[in-house]
Amino acid sequence: MARQALVKINPKDYKKGDLIRVDSVIMHPMDTGLVKDKESGKYIAAHHITNVEVYYGDEKITWMDVYGSVSANPFISFYVKATKTAPLKIVWKDNKGEVTEKVIDIKVD
Amino acid sequence: MNRRDFLKTTSLAAVSTAVLGSAVFNNVSAAELTDSPPPKKPFDEALKEITGGKPVSDSDKVKLIAPEIAENGAVVPVTVEVELPVEQVKAIHILADKNWNAKTISVYFTPANGKAYISTRIRLAETMNVVAVAQLADGSFIKAQKPVKVTIGGCG
Repeated sequence: MARQALVKINPKDYKKGDLIRVDSVIMHPMDTGLVKDKESGKYIAAHHITNVEVYYGDEKITWMDVYGSVSANPFISFYVKATKTAPLKIVWKDNKGEVTEKVIDIKVD
Repeated sequence: MNRRDFLKTTSLAAVSTAVLGSAVFNNVSAAELTDSPPPKKPFDEALKEITGGKPVSDSDKVKLIAPEIAENGAVVPVTVEVELPVEQVKAIHILADKNWNAKTISVYFTPANGKAYISTRIRLAETMNVVAVAQLADGSFIKAQKPVKVTIGGCG
């Protein structure tokens, strides 16, 4: 099941060549593997995002290695230069093989 | 059936469905358990993995924005910006020097980003330094660091 994710761009109206900030949030527990279960005394297994990739059109423009110490429901914000009309795709991958994708469109005149 | 009896039976039914419902929900959301935590990665080791042993110099070109006092260590907003053209910046690494795994996030840039900037929210287990290391295209490393006081830890 794909996870719920949200992507927003700021500012909303932009021209060709402008820098736009992309804010993204994905719903994910980000278990570090360090928390003990109260009943059994065992550790709750690590379950967190490990990779984020951002594609603008066909080009991979930025990518990230994410570790367990990023907060739950990770918020990530970065910049993109609006040079062309193309979809901006963000792909999140976690250590259990779950993949979530979210696409927004960037339109320039 | 009078009014009193009716209220008793319906309230009981409501309570039992509520209890059952929460039990079912707990089962669904229960996470996997293991006997051991993930391997520990102290700050020196993590930094060495990133830089390969190269020296890292302090620089005012790296702007690290983090709160001085974080009330809740589970959510600490951190923003890092490198005030150099994005072509000269290969990556930004954020480290937290006393966390179990000091590596927090590594972000790699291309010129299409327009700006070497990352903003995220991280966890801090206790009061510690947050370190932002920027990897430049010429192979050198620059950093900025800031102590953050944590009143409630966030790593369990």
